[in-house]
Amino acid sequence: MKINRYGIGAIALIAASALALTGCASGGGSTDSTASTASIITANGSEPQNPLIPTNTNETGGGKILDSIFAGLEYYDAKGAPQLDVAESIETDDSKTFTIKIKPDLTFTNGDPVDANSFVDAWQYGALFSNKQLNSYFFEDIEGFSYEADSPLTGLNVVDDLTFTVTLNEARSDFPLRLGYSAFYPLPKTAFEDMDAYGQNPIGNGPYKLASDTAWQHNEKIDLVVNDEYTGGRKAQNGGLTIVFYASEDAAYADLLGGNLDVLDNIPASAYSTYESDLGDRAVNQPAAIFQSFTIPERLAHFGNDEEGKLRRAALSMAINRDEITDVIFTGTRTPASDFTSPVIDGWSDSLEGADVLKFNPDEAKKLWAQADAISPWSGTFQIAYNADGGHAEWVDATANSIKNTLGIDASGAPYPTFAESRTAITDRTIQTAFRTGWQADYPGLFNFLGPLYATNASSNDGDYSNPEFDALLQEGSSTADSAEANDDFQKAQEILLKDLPAIPLWYANVTGGYSETASNVQFGWNSVPLYYEITKS
Amino acid sequence: MSSNQPAPTHYVAPLEETPLVAVDAVNVGERKSNLWIDAWRDMRRRPMFWISAVIIILVIIVALFPTLFTSVPPNDDCQLSNSNGGPSGEHLLGFTKQGCDVFSRLIHGTSTSLTVGIIVTILTTVLGILFGAFAGFYGGWLDAILSRAGDIFFSIPYILAAVVIMSVFSAYRNVFVISLAIGIFAWPATARVLRAEILRVKNADYVMAARATGVSNFRILLRHVLPNAIAPVIVVTTISLGAAIVAEATLSFLGVGLPNSTMSWGNDISAAQVDLRTAPQTLIYPSLALSITVLAFIMMGEVIRDALDPKARAQR
Amino acid sequence: MAGYILRRLLQAIPVLLGTTFLIYFMVFAMPGDPLLALFGDKTPNPALLEQLRQQYHLDQPFIVQYFLYLGGIFRGDFGTSFSGEPVADILARTFPVTIRLAIMALIIEFVGGVLIGLVSGLRKGKLFDASALVVSLIFISLPIFVIAFVAQFIFGIQLGWARTTVSTGAPIQDLILPAFVLASITFAQLIRLTRASVIETQSLDFVRTAYSKGLSRRRIIPVHILRNSLIPVVTYAATDFGVLLVGATVTEGIFNVPGVGRTLYQAIIRGEGPTVVSFVTVMVLIYLVVNLVVDLLYGLLDPRIRYVK
Repeated sequence: MKINRYGIGAIALIAASALALTGCASGGGSTDSTASTASIITANGSEPQNPLIPTNTNETGGGKILDSIFAGLEYYDAKGAPQLDVAESIETDDSKTFTIKIKPDLTFTNGDPVDANSFVDAWQYGALFSNKQLNSYFFEDIEGFSYEADSPLTGLNVVDDLTFTVTLNEARSDFPLRLGYSAFYPLPKTAFEDMDAYGQNPIGNGPYKLASDTAWQHNEKIDLVVNDEYTGGRKAQNGGLTIVFYASEDAAYADLLGGNLDVLDNIPASAYSTYESDLGDRAVNQPAAIFQSFTIPERLAHFGNDEEGKLRRAALSMAINRDEITDVIFTGTRTPASDFTSPVIDGWSDSLEGADVLKFNPDEAKKLWAQADAISPWSGTFQIAYNADGGHAEWVDATANSIKNTLGIDASGAPYPTFAESRTAITDRTIQTAFRTGWQADYPGLFNFLGPLYATNASSNDGDYSNPEFDALLQEGSSTADSAEANDDFQKAQEILLKDLPAIPLWYANVTGGYSETASNVQFGWNSVPLYYEITKS
Repeated sequence: MSSNQPAPTHYVAPLEETPLVAVDAVNVGERKSNLWIDAWRDMRRRPMFWISAVIIILVIIVALFPTLFTSVPPNDDCQLSNSNGGPSGEHLLGFTKQGCDVFSRLIHGTSTSLTVGIIVTILTTVLGILFGAFAGFYGGWLDAILSRAGDIFFSIPYILAAVVIMSVFSAYRNVFVISLAIGIFAWPATARVLRAEILRVKNADYVMAARATGVSNFRILLRHVLPNAIAPVIVVTTISLGAAIVAEATLSFLGVGLPNSTMSWGNDISAAQVDLRTAPQTLIYPSLALSITVLAFIMMGEVIRDALDPKARAQR
Repeated sequence: MAGYILRRLLQAIPVLLGTTFLIYFMVFAMPGDPLLALFGDKTPNPALLEQLRQQYHLDQPFIVQYFLYLGGIFRGDFGTSFSGEPVADILARTFPVTIRLAIMALIIEFVGGVLIGLVSGLRKGKLFDASALVVSLIFISLPIFVIAFVAQFIFGIQLGWARTTVSTGAPIQDLILPAFVLASITFAQLIRLTRASVIETQSLDFVRTAYSKGLSRRRIIPVHILRNSLIPVVTYAATDFGVLLVGATVTEGIFNVPGVGRTLYQAIIRGEGPTVVSFVTVMVLIYLVVNLVVDLLYGLLDPRIRYVK
C-alpha cells in the first residue's frame, strides 16, 4: 500500500510536468525569419470579423486588409476625392445609366484577367439574396436588386471585355463616388469555385498581396508583400505591410512606444492626455468621417414630433457643453459638431442656419425647457443608453452631468453590457430612453450621412424620424448631376434637421494616431486609415 | 472509514485498579470549557484584536452614516472644469475625472462596497464549508457529486455568468443581486481548500479517539474535524473580501455592475484607470480605503485563527 | 489505483454534459441578437437577418440548437465562428499559448508565494512578516489592469527589459512579464495560506519531536514543516489554474497574447454559442484532470491521506 501511495504521487507529478512540457513545446518555435524586414511596415489592426470577401466585410479590421490587396474602379486619395484606379472612365448622361471602361491588360495576382466580368460577377454574387452578404445593401439602387428573393441585377450588362454598363432604379448623382468602397471590388474567377477557401486566402489585384497561403495568422497578424504587377496610383513605396491584430488599443500603443510598431491609427483613451508628449510631432490628430450623436426616438413621452418635443430637444442640445467635454474627456480628440456630417466631406459647413442650437447656451436651454414644462411638466430621469463594451461610459456620464447641471433635472447613462444587446433593443424599438448613435461613412459624400439615417423608413433610421420636406430635398440632391448644387440641397435638408433634431449631434471623432521614428511620409486617409502604400521606412 | 486496518481495541481498566481516583474529582464551580468561550477570552487580551475591531466598526459607521463625515453631496454638481483637480477648500482629496468630489464619493461608496464584500464572503464561506466539509469528511459518492458540482460552477466563465445573471435581473440591479452573481461562482475554491484540509485532519489521533468512544460522525465533523481544518478557510475568506470588492469594480466596468449613480470604491477604481499616468490620485484613495478595510479583516481573521488553535495559544 | 483513476475519468461524462448544457443555456439566455452586432451602428435588412439566423440555427428553439451542437461534436465538428474559422482550429491555436502562460504564472506564484509565506510563517510577527503583508495588500487592492499597465510601462517601455507585447508564436521569453502580472492576482492568497499553514504545522507534535530529537532546522523546515503545510496551498493553486486559463482576459489584452482569455471574452461578448461552449468544455476537461492530479498528490504530501475509497 505504501509504495503505491508514493507511486501515485510520482505519477501525478509526471503527469503535471508532462502537461507543462506539451504546453511549452507546441508553438514555441516560430519566429520572424525574413532578413529584409527593414522596409516592411508594421501597422495595427484587428482580427477580421468575417472571411476576407469584399462584399462580406463591413468593419475596419478586414476593411484595411481588403483595401490593400484589392484595386477597385477607383480609390480615394488622402482628401477623400475619388481617383480612377482600375477604371479608365466612368461616364453618365443622366446619373441613372453609367458606362464603365476598364484599363486593358490588368490581372489578378494569380494571372486571372481583371475585366468587365470580374466586376459584374462579383457584384452579382454580393447582391444575391441567398449569399447573405453583409454589404448587399450597396447594390440596392441597381436595377433588379431584391431583399426578398434571389434576383439577378438586371441593371448590369457586359458590353465587351473591358466595358460594362450599370443601370440604376432612379438617378443617384453620387453613385460614381461610391465605387471606391470595398463592396465594389472585382473578384477573380477562382474565387467562385470555393468562396469559403477564398475568404481565408484571398487573391486580389491591389498594391499588396498575401505573402503566402498561410499569411493570415488568425488573431495574430497578416503578412502582405508588394504586388509588382500593380500599376495604379497606389504603388507601394515600401517593402511590404504586416498588420498585427490587437485586442486592445492599449497594447498597440505600448508597442508603438516600445518600438515594435510603425504606424498606429487609434490612440487608446488611457493615453489621450499623454500621447502628444510621448510622440511629439509624430502624433496625429485630425478630423475624420465619423459623426457621433444620441438619438431620442419620437415615440418617447415628451419627445414627440410636436412643439414640446422640439423645445425639449433644443434645450437638451444647448445644455451640453461640447467644447468642455471634447476638451476634458477627449483631450481634443473630438471636434464639436456643427452639422450632421463631417468636416472631411466635401460640402460640410459650420454655418448652417440654425446651427446655434449646437452651441452651449445654459440660459436659453433653461428657458426652452421651462416653456416645454409649461406644455406638459417633466418628471423622472433623462437617460442615454450605450453599450458598455465600447468605452462610452465616460462621455455619456459627462454629457449627462452637463444636462443635469444646466437643466437641474436628473440625468444619467444607461449601460447595456454588450453591443448586441443595445443594438437589439434599438432595432426592435423596445428601448425606452435616448441612445448613443454614431455613423462612419462608407464613402465620402454628404448623402451617406443623411439618407440612410433620417429619410423616412430608411434602414438605419432608428428614431423613426419622418419629414416629407426633408425627404424631398434629399431626393432633389440625389438626382442633381452637379455636385455643388446637390450639396446645396443636402445643406438645406440639414437645416430642417437642426430644427427637428431627430438626433442630437455631439462631435466628430478625430483620427488619432502616431508613427515610429523610422517611419516617414505617414498620411491618414479620409476614412481614418493611414495610406500604407505611401509610407517609407529608414 | 478504512477497511484494511483493524479497528483499534480500547480497553478501560476497572476503577478499583487505578490508584488516581482523586484526580477525577470535578470542580463543579468552574465554568465548562468551551472552544468558543476560550477563544473569546484569548482574543480580548490581544491588542491586534482591538485595533482591527476599531477599524471595522469605524468602516461600518461610515457605511451607515456617511453624512456624518462629509457634507459635500457626492454626485451633484460634478463640474468638468474641476476634472482631476487637486484638493481645495472643503474638497479634501480633490476631484475625479468627471469633476466630482473624491472624498465624498469615497465616504458614500463605503456602504456599497462593504455590503458586497461581506455578503459575498458569507455566501462563499457558507457554501464552501457545506460542500467542502461533507465532500472531504464523508468521501465516496457524496464527495464525487459535491466535488464535480464545484467543478462545473468553477469552469463557467465568470464574465459570462455575470453578464447573464445581471441581464436577467436587469430590473433589480442592487447590491444583493450583484453579490449573488459574484458569490455563486466563487465558493468552489473555498470548498476545495477545506476538503483538502479535512482529508488531512480526519485521520488525526484525536478523531480516531473520538470515533472510538462512539461519538456520532456528524458530531465528530462539527466538534473535532471542522475547528481543526478551518484555518485555511479563514485565510482565503478574509482575502476574498477584498477580491469581492474589486470584482464589483470589474462588473461595473463591463456595464453589468451597479448603476453609475450608485457610488462604490470599485466604480471609482475602475473609472480611475484611464488617467493612471496623469491623475494617479483618483486611483490611490479608493485603493487605500480598500486596503485598510481588507487589512482590518485579515488581522481579525488572524486573531480568530490563533484563538481557535489551542496549540498556538498554549505556546504563548 | 487504476480503478480509482478510471472512475474519476468516467465522472467527467456527466460533468461535461451538465456544463455544456448550462453554458449553452447561458449564452442562449444572453439578451440581444448577436447577428445585429455584426452590422455595427447600421441596421440590416430584416430579410437578410432572417437568412443569417437560419444559417447559424439561431431561429431554432434552444433545445434544438443544443442538440445540433452536441451532434456536431460527436462527428468531430465543433462548429464555426462568425469569421468562418472552425472552432476546433481556434481551440488548437489558443489553448497551447494560454496553457504555457498559465503554467509559467503558476510556477512563479507558487514558488514566490510558498517561499515568502514560509519565511513569514517561521518569523511570525517580525519585520519580514509585516512587509509581506503590506505587499500582499497592494496586490489585493490594485486591479490587474493597473498592475499590468504599470509593469508594461516600466519594464517594457522605460527599461526595455521585456518586449511590450507578445510577438507571433508567443515565445517563452515574451511571456515572462505577463506571467508575472498574472501571478500577482493570487500571490497574496498563496502567501497568506502558506503562512497560516506553516504556523499551524510548527506547533504539531511531530515537529516538536523532530526538534527534540535534535534534527537540524535545515532538515525540519523542508521535510517536516513545509511538506505538511503544502496541502491547502497546492489545492488553492490548482483551483487557480482554472482562473488563470479563462481569467487572463485583461492581461492577455494588454500584452496582446493570442490566447484563450481574449478569444473567449470576444466570443462571449459577440454571443457566439458554439465557440463559448467548446472553450468551456476543454476548460472543464483540463480542470477535472488537474483536480485528479491534485487529489493524487495529497497522498504524496501526507501519507495518512488515502486516495482509494
